[in-house]
Amino acid sequence: VAVGQCGNQVGCRFWDLALREHAAVNKKGIYDEALSSFFRNVDTRSGGDGRDISKGKICSLKARALLIDMEEGVVNEILQGPLRDVFDSKQLITDVSGSGNNWAVGHKVYGCQYRENIVEKLRKTAEHCDCLQCFFIIHSMGGGTGSGLGTFVLNLLEDEFPEVYRFVTSVYPSGEDDVITSPYNSVLAMKELNEHADCVLPIENESLFDIVNKIQQMVNSGKLGSVVKPNSLLTSSASSTKTVQQKPFDSMNNIIANLLLNLTSSARFEGSLNMDLNEISMNLVPFPQLHYLVSSLTPLYTLADVNVPSRRLDQMFSDAFSRDHQLLKADPKHSLYLACALLVRGNVQVSDLRRNIERLKPSLNFVSWNQEGWKTGLCSVPPVGHSHSLLALANNTCVKPTFMELKDRFMRLYKKKAHLHHYLHIDGMEQSCFSEAISSLSDLIEEYNELDATKSGPGIDPARLKIAV
Amino acid sequence: MSIITVQLGQCGNQIGHEVFNAICSDVHGKHGLCSKKENESYQDTCKERFFSEEKDGVPVARAVLVDMEPKVISQTLAVAARTGYWKYDEQSYFCQKRGSGNNWANGYSAHGPKHKDVIMNLIQKEAEKCDRLSGFVIIMSMAGGTGSGLGAFVTQCLRDAFPNSSILNHVIWPYGTGEVIVQNYNSILTLSHLYRSSDALLVHENDVVHKICAQLLNIKQISFKDVNQVIAHQLGSVFQPVYTAESALHYSRSPLGDLMEALVPHPEFKMLGLRNIPQIPENSLAYSTFSWPGLIKHLRQMLIANATMEEGIDWQVRPPCPGSSIPSRHSTSKPLHFNTSIANLVILRGKDIHSADTGSFQDPALYTSWLTPQDVFNLWKTPRAFNKYEKSAALVSNSQFLLKPLDKLVGKAWNMFASKAYIHQYTKYGIEEDDFLDSFTALEQVISSYTTL
Repeated sequence: VAVGQCGNQVGCRFWDLALREHAAVNKKGIYDEALSSFFRNVDTRSGGDGRDISKGKICSLKARALLIDMEEGVVNEILQGPLRDVFDSKQLITDVSGSGNNWAVGHKVYGCQYRENIVEKLRKTAEHCDCLQCFFIIHSMGGGTGSGLGTFVLNLLEDEFPEVYRFVTSVYPSGEDDVITSPYNSVLAMKELNEHADCVLPIENESLFDIVNKIQQMVNSGKLGSVVKPNSLLTSSASSTKTVQQKPFDSMNNIIANLLLNLTSSARFEGSLNMDLNEISMNLVPFPQLHYLVSSLTPLYTLADVNVPSRRLDQMFSDAFSRDHQLLKADPKHSLYLACALLVRGNVQVSDLRRNIERLKPSLNFVSWNQEGWKTGLCSVPPVGHSHSLLALANNTCVKPTFMELKDRFMRLYKKKAHLHHYLHIDGMEQSCFSEAISSLSDLIEEYNELDATKSGPGIDPARLKIAV
Repeated sequence: MSIITVQLGQCGNQIGHEVFNAICSDVHGKHGLCSKKENESYQDTCKERFFSEEKDGVPVARAVLVDMEPKVISQTLAVAARTGYWKYDEQSYFCQKRGSGNNWANGYSAHGPKHKDVIMNLIQKEAEKCDRLSGFVIIMSMAGGTGSGLGAFVTQCLRDAFPNSSILNHVIWPYGTGEVIVQNYNSILTLSHLYRSSDALLVHENDVVHKICAQLLNIKQISFKDVNQVIAHQLGSVFQPVYTAESALHYSRSPLGDLMEALVPHPEFKMLGLRNIPQIPENSLAYSTFSWPGLIKHLRQMLIANATMEEGIDWQVRPPCPGSSIPSRHSTSKPLHFNTSIANLVILRGKDIHSADTGSFQDPALYTSWLTPQDVFNLWKTPRAFNKYEKSAALVSNSQFLLKPLDKLVGKAWNMFASKAYIHQYTKYGIEEDDFLDSFTALEQVISSYTTL
């Protein structure tokens, strides 16, 4: 479910790259289990909305998606672009006037107005699934639609489909965000994420921007022996081989798209140690409120030279823990790990995984009750353009500074009651919405504080049960 | 008599597949090194034990495949059929789509009851194909959700439905440095539950097998397939036909029953470890010769010193002299150098078997004081060589082999439990803190029993 401008722009990149990935793997054009995780196979010969074809040749692939925006521009552009046949009109919910960067408009006004419409369309898409395991919501936190209506949809999903996992990819505003009210929108949305999401993958534009620059530098450096394979860039689009033609946020959004593809790779493709989405939630969320996962993707690109030693494999593991590769401005290496997951794709075996865990473990701090808290997955199918890749997900106290900064920016506005009236005059909004939201964020920060306090402790193991001999 | 294999979860299915591969390749191998008559008898017994006949002549494995997600089973069925030497019954599987999420409670409390009838029906159908049923081998891991939780549930159901059959659980102990973060919780819940319904738990530790691949087999980039093939080889060395001491005229008719009788004299002691030597890279086999005295000597020292493979055995460890004070009741924090046994089974396969002397295994000093070696040492053998090894020796031991790993496991799980981390994921499916406490209590009891041997 893509909500708002950011959500839909990212969503568009996701579907583009998903098609590319499946096309690279699925040479025979047969509709298989892997494809069915994200796409329906529809018989469009009779025109209109045909039946679903569950086996056999691919007829027409339709994304299992809902595109929601309170402005028309972005969605219209998608429908006129190369992906137009992947969506049908029943998957879209649009309006004209937008949410004015106001969480309350998105959540209360449009939420109320479009509730039934959204529920109905969700039900329809769910009915087309044999077995629905997970919802992905893609949105940004700083605006009005993605933030407000997006979290409204999150609530709806919990009410209507309580058994289905809710993974949320949230783009957080960076420090120099040009939307003045983004702290309000973000904190109001955070409360919803705290209470209704199973897992949140927070992402910062600033991090994506830095990664894009790093890749650009590599591509343009022209160093001898460092020619990069164009389609292997974490930032490259499927459709265009020349990066010049991409739209401004495309490179950054491709990174998020790749994140989602790697996250779901082991659920879609085979491997020697499968890792499903419910396993990610199970292993990485030790306490219900602490469900924010910092992600990193490596490698950023592949060199064209095939003769690379396996040292590069180990480098991939090291990079996953470096500050530069995180999709959030955070440094997990110098904070406390509650849990860590490594999802490897391609020609990597269990011994490579073990060797690197042994190698990297001593430099990482794990909480005392989870000293060996590693969740691992091995998927045989690498991403397009690579021979192997790694997605690391960390439940780590390094998210705390991000949340604390958010709280500070919020308080700076709130103390002066700046722009508050825009929110309070919306039906259903009261001062208490704000105080509850900031209180929820404060509580979350406090949880991380308490964990950090245990970091330097002596860590005495609790006494074991005594049995009468 | 036949054995039905129940393969549960990704691990169980991947291993089960390699086991049937190993058995089949052993049977068709030209390295039997025995008389034609002997070989034929071996092949017939093996076929009856593990396969049923199909009209097209391709043997069908006596197996039921269960998984809560579809990818592994569909791969396993396809790859087996492609060999042309054997296959699975295309109907004999059950899978779902959602997986168990590495959640023992999901496997045990949700999937178990929901799919009990379907799964038990499949097993019943396999049972009906057998003339005589020796029992069940259930292959499962402890770390995940399906093998562990659903495995524990299915074992319980099997015990209820087949009260007179032997049930052996082949359990995979996960890598110490995590494959799954909640693996310690899943493991203690599994072990405590299995202890109630299973006859014995035959354990393979991933860390140990990994070392064998690295140091003995010299494999550079070790994959799970490599690990599983070693495990399959070791299991084959136990389950392939042998002559048990009593009936030297025909191969043992009741392999599982005999195994239980030999190794589990007391229900408090069910943890079985497995050692198999030699293990060398296949391309070195032609250049290596082994002697029975050498193999037996190594195997005995591996038992005494608790060595997991033939390299790095500590030869300084000796059994306590009779008459000297028996080592006092150690607390589990002190390292236990000498491995005391409850019962041992040695299985020898290959050339010149009549010259093999296992008298050293009957030394009373090896065993706990309340048992005599005549009762608890067993030797099985066959002149028919196994899987290209001219001579091979296996030791199945009910001893303190698994005491340290078990103690470590319970310690880590307890440490995590004290912080209540992840508990909400289990209570969601009805497994409460009390259930955890029951499991901890049960396992501390097992640890205590093995410690005071």
